[in-house]
Amino acid sequence: MLRIENLTKMFGGLAAVKDISVEFEANQVNAIIGPNGAGKSTFFNLVAGSHKPSSGRIIFDGEDITTLRCDHIAQRGVGRTFQTTNLFEQASVLDNLIVGHRLRTRSGLWDVLVNSRRLQQEEKLSREKAREALDFVGLSHVENRFIADITQEERKRVAFALAMATDPKILLLDEPAAGVNPEETDGLAQLIRKMKDHGLTVCLIEHKMDMIMGIADKIMVLDHGEKIAEGAPEQVREDPAVIEAYLGSDDDAAA
Amino acid sequence: MWLKLAALLTRPATKYVFIALALVFPLVAQNEYQIYVMASAFVWAIAVYGLNIITGYCGQLNLAHGGFFALGAYTLGLLTADYSWSYWPAFVAALAMTAVVGFFVGIVSLRLKEHYFAIFTLCVGFIMYMLMDKWEELTHGPVGVRNIAPPNGFGLVDFTETTPIYYLVLVFLMLTMWFIGRLSRSLLGRTFTAIRNGDELAQSLGINLMRNKVLAFVLSTTFAGLAGALYAGMVRFIGPEDANVLHTFDMITYLLVGGIGTLSGPLVGTIGIVWLTQSLQFMEEYRMILFGPLLVFLVIFFPRGIVGSFLSWLHRRTQGKAEAAAKAQQSRDTTGRRVNNNA
Repeated sequence: MLRIENLTKMFGGLAAVKDISVEFEANQVNAIIGPNGAGKSTFFNLVAGSHKPSSGRIIFDGEDITTLRCDHIAQRGVGRTFQTTNLFEQASVLDNLIVGHRLRTRSGLWDVLVNSRRLQQEEKLSREKAREALDFVGLSHVENRFIADITQEERKRVAFALAMATDPKILLLDEPAAGVNPEETDGLAQLIRKMKDHGLTVCLIEHKMDMIMGIADKIMVLDHGEKIAEGAPEQVREDPAVIEAYLGSDDDAAA
Repeated sequence: MWLKLAALLTRPATKYVFIALALVFPLVAQNEYQIYVMASAFVWAIAVYGLNIITGYCGQLNLAHGGFFALGAYTLGLLTADYSWSYWPAFVAALAMTAVVGFFVGIVSLRLKEHYFAIFTLCVGFIMYMLMDKWEELTHGPVGVRNIAPPNGFGLVDFTETTPIYYLVLVFLMLTMWFIGRLSRSLLGRTFTAIRNGDELAQSLGINLMRNKVLAFVLSTTFAGLAGALYAGMVRFIGPEDANVLHTFDMITYLLVGGIGTLSGPLVGTIGIVWLTQSLQFMEEYRMILFGPLLVFLVIFFPRGIVGSFLSWLHRRTQGKAEAAAKAQQSRDTTGRRVNNNA
């Protein structure tokens, strides 16, 4: 589904991501973990096209997307959420979501001027997609509320719904459970599992280990921009390199 | 009661009441001067609608807007005064000119973000002012352009009179509002709003940033050009001072007071402030003493402007009522069941 070959990103002389090769299978939940500054967010930015890699290739669904612009990558089915999502606070939840399906529509200025049939159909479709996505994340009851009036956890779900409305094949979630309480974290984990059940491929960055161990099919561990481990949760948990990255080695402890 | 009255204001039919009011205004106005002030307020409102597209909906603070207004006015003025074009062909040329210049300024300036974009456009506006002031062979320099043709009435109407020009400007204002209304509700308008929420997020939704920003910019400069061309035909004398950046800041003030990113905000803000300025005329410069604190008050307590704050208030109230009603219904249902259980 998503194959990364020897991906490297240099910022000046510093390698934020160094020679990473990995393959993410379709219809699985893949987690990327690692200490702060390990290059996880940079890795996402490379896949989504916000940064251009210094070298290496990104193959999505058999197509080389390494040099494509972000909006074209999104059109090919890569959806993403951010750690913080800026939405239009003084507009309703539904109004914020309608634009999510814009990339699958074609209406331009001329359609607006003559109020074309295509525009009307596409607006109807976008509204339906927004409702569908809202229903999927379980927020149908707040569709008319202002974004400013909903809770932090509901905002996270709205951000998921916005990414879902683009009809993605793969979803990149950047710390989806940051800043919500343990109970709500369970709810979000269930939602991610539901995405997988609906045939989506999920990639997520997360620090909450309990959540990761519960939902991930595969974990990739980064440290200082390099991949230090990869595999099923149980495997990664026992890996000495991972334990060292997180807890420091005996040598460090002695010093 | 208040809520119902307020909700009435947002009904689609309400706009016909306002159109009717605008139509009868010249009949009830006390003198010609009032009609003239209203007509010039409408002209400024058209320009503010343009500013609202790029700054209100799309979120890019464009400080060259006054420059584009003057560009439209100068294109029309010079073509009719020096090259003896008649008004309407020059009018179309003014729109085309502001659109084309807007396109080229747009593709360069929109590569910059946030304050860098604002600073760049501030400079663009100033360059336009300098050209109008210093390029004397073309623009007559500080003397300005005289003998600008009035809109051609084809022998039916005389647009040098105040009342006919008032109605002409009103027609263009209504066309502008009709278009902006349609734009803001469409997928294209939503695309602009998504860009205002953040470049990164908009791109992740598959939106082509540059294309949409340039489109919004060209639309906004074209409306500035439209307003400038109407202004030149109405005032019939223009000078470099019309490109002064102060006019841009005036327009931003109208937009902020009325409600940035709202449909009726630009009109409410422009008419409100123009009339307030007029009625405080007797205080001369001292009116700023009243004006300053008033603006500060508005920005602190109504950050979304008069219209924006009103709409938020109304939405919250109706939403709150609907939810309370739903809850009441629910509790009634549960009490009902309890009664049944008891029985």
